[in-house]
Amino acid sequence: MYTVSPMKQIAIWLAVAIGLAFALPNAFYSRVEVHNDAVAQGIDDTSWPAFLPSGLVNLGLDLRGGAHLLAEVQVGDVYETIMEATWPAVRDALAAERDTVGFVTREPSPADELIVRISEPAGAARALEIARGLARPITSLTGAGSTDIEVTGNGPLLTIRLSEAERAAVDDRTMEQSLEIIRRRIDEVGTREPTIQRQGEDRILVQVPGVGSAQEIKNIIGTTAQLTFQPVLGRASGADQVPAAGQEVLPSLDQEGVFFLLDTAPVVTGEQLVDAQPAFDEFSRPAVNFRFNVSGARAFGDYTLDNIGQPFAIVLDEQVISAPTIQSHIPGGSGIITGDFTVEESTNLAVLLRAGALPAELTFLEERTIGPQLGQDSIDAGTLAAIVAGVLVVGFMVLCYGLFGIFASVALAINIALIFSGLSLLGATLTLPGIAGIVLTVGMAVDANVLVFERIREELRVTKIPARAINAGYDRALSAITDGNVTTIMVACILFYFGSGPVRGFAVTLALGTLISVFTALMVTRSQIDLWVALRRPKTIEV
Amino acid sequence: MAFRLRLVPEKTNINFFGYAGITFGGSVVLLVLSVVAVLTLGLNFGIDFRGGTTIRTESSQPLDVGAYRTALVPLNLGDVAITEVFDPGFGPDRNVAEVRLQAQGEDESISQATIDSMLSALQAVDPAVTFESVESVGPKVSGELIWSAAASVLLAMGGILIYVWVRFEWQFALGGLVALAHDVGLTLGLWAVLQLKFDLTIIAALLTILGYSINDSVVVFDRVRENLRKFNVMPLVEVLNLSANETLSRTIMTAGTTLLALTALLIFGGDVIRGFVFAMTWGVIVGTYSSVYIAKNVVLMLGVKRDWSKTDPRTVGRYADVETK
Repeated sequence: MYTVSPMKQIAIWLAVAIGLAFALPNAFYSRVEVHNDAVAQGIDDTSWPAFLPSGLVNLGLDLRGGAHLLAEVQVGDVYETIMEATWPAVRDALAAERDTVGFVTREPSPADELIVRISEPAGAARALEIARGLARPITSLTGAGSTDIEVTGNGPLLTIRLSEAERAAVDDRTMEQSLEIIRRRIDEVGTREPTIQRQGEDRILVQVPGVGSAQEIKNIIGTTAQLTFQPVLGRASGADQVPAAGQEVLPSLDQEGVFFLLDTAPVVTGEQLVDAQPAFDEFSRPAVNFRFNVSGARAFGDYTLDNIGQPFAIVLDEQVISAPTIQSHIPGGSGIITGDFTVEESTNLAVLLRAGALPAELTFLEERTIGPQLGQDSIDAGTLAAIVAGVLVVGFMVLCYGLFGIFASVALAINIALIFSGLSLLGATLTLPGIAGIVLTVGMAVDANVLVFERIREELRVTKIPARAINAGYDRALSAITDGNVTTIMVACILFYFGSGPVRGFAVTLALGTLISVFTALMVTRSQIDLWVALRRPKTIEV
Repeated sequence: MAFRLRLVPEKTNINFFGYAGITFGGSVVLLVLSVVAVLTLGLNFGIDFRGGTTIRTESSQPLDVGAYRTALVPLNLGDVAITEVFDPGFGPDRNVAEVRLQAQGEDESISQATIDSMLSALQAVDPAVTFESVESVGPKVSGELIWSAAASVLLAMGGILIYVWVRFEWQFALGGLVALAHDVGLTLGLWAVLQLKFDLTIIAALLTILGYSINDSVVVFDRVRENLRKFNVMPLVEVLNLSANETLSRTIMTAGTTLLALTALLIFGGDVIRGFVFAMTWGVIVGTYSSVYIAKNVVLMLGVKRDWSKTDPRTVGRYADVETK
């Protein structure tokens, strides 16, 4: 006669005990959370025993409140910057052979191309050769064998654009940088446990728990913070003035209707900053102090020396913050940005400048903000529903199966605890649909037990020997249990793959609940029944 | 003999094919009507699939939907729908409304400036109003979400089809698939007729329904497979009936416990997930029905190839576990 062997019994209950230990911290959620925060800060905290696990289930934004943003990185922006940087190199290379190619001028072009005209059409072949000579081979795995730029000639016109392989490499780099900078900026503000993930080709998902509105997050990550110091060529007549190639018209930040004509090639850029701090100027107005690195300091020093009396512009994200006149040589490499700032704005600007500029602009495709009160309401409602569901199902099972119903209920309770330990161990996130998944599991987890119990009932009509009926019931129900649960888990996997956020949380609890229900029904309930049969040695059983 | 609640008598002998005209035929008619309803009335897509913004407002003051609407008119936001949200858990000082806007831009989600101007417009008529949640999906994302949602449902059905085909026979796989199509069809139909909000959570519910329904069908199929071996001279229709009767008690029990849990969620789970839970409840009902009345009928129509050559019917007894394919 087959029963669960003592060794197996011990193994099963040991597994349950370990599982329960990992679920335990969740029963004291706020206490353990405080403890974990203290430990993370290096404080020796004894409010939670160190020998107990302290992993907690992450609460999703819909339960904790917070902001969820899906941003798209305009990766194409970077092509323009690269083309802008390529122009001086092309110009200088061609100028070196002025005898053959003549004068070199830049033509208006799409943002991701550079079109160059030479005055001696006869030298076109040579010009093409020179420009192609500037191309560098790509070293990345996928782009092996190709070069970074492609040059095509059309009479006196040369068109230079990035190759496909280089574009892919640039896109990748842009995404990496954007992720890094967003991460730095959010860390600077010190919000807890933010999620910052790349999604697909050109998207970034940002989830920040505990903030009341997406505005705060957008303020921090929505600005590119591209800082440049550019030579001012003069005042522009208005936004519609058409600038020559290599020039641009930008509006003033605080003076309505004022436009500047600037040289597009910057003297220094924000990348050469090493520090930025909020400060006040001599009139006690909020301002930002900054310091350049060595190369930036030298470039800035040389420029100010050569252009005393000329104005230059401090440009942030295509807007002129201020356009002071250079009074004297500025050799130290530090300076101050003044403008019409509030204290908050100057603090934010300093944060942005410190964290670095985003290589490209972001647009927001999706945004969800949930207030903390609504989240707490959802937790309360979900908990109440789970308790009511549990009581109803346990009552129903006991009514229908008597003692065996109690065994199944114990297994059910263990099942729910194990879902929590599973979620804690996986570092998964519990969402509102996830709670619904748990409540649904309460209903569906007993299915495996029901299958077995119904089968035992059937077997009892044939044999009166309890152990044999129990064995046969378990054996014969197994294939139905397996087939039924494999399909459910398959569906949960598909949900996880396609779903996002809350729906994913549901998929995780559904899959965990189903997997664990097979374990609890086949092992935990079985173990209880066998223990009972061994202790009581019933002559007959009734299911 | 201790008391036991029996929802289903110990031995039933229901002829599940007796009223095939009404049950199976009725389902076919309902399915056709559902398709017609979806095509003519259309689904009431939520912002996940259509793009746009949903704002949940809360106020301690009594709600005046008309005043809200008038307050928002000057903002020129296009389609604005305002509905009051009810839940037994709200006291008299919690007045919740849902404001839905159409998508404002080309690709992007709503701008902060628009949200701010809405809040100040609403606070002009009700100073106590706050925004509990703001969800905004740009048309670019919603267009992708709808395709990935459809793909996920089709992929789930395809995966189930292949699994059941491998574990059973192709007739069972097709039977299960038709039952699933029935469940999905009737759910879409009901959502079209009642114009309930159709969003990502409904897709999650649909997929769960698929899992639940096929689970139910598989339990019956498993018994059919066993009985086909055991009683291999019995006509297929009788084997199918016998199997359904034998598993009926389990079918009802599991549907019962699941519906109990769902009812608890429906009443106490709060209004945020009520749509999701309602879809699931409906799905458990149609899923249970389809596994009893649809899946088996398809198997009967297709017939099952029964291999007689390897077993002698006379030697097959109650406990002869004959492993034949």
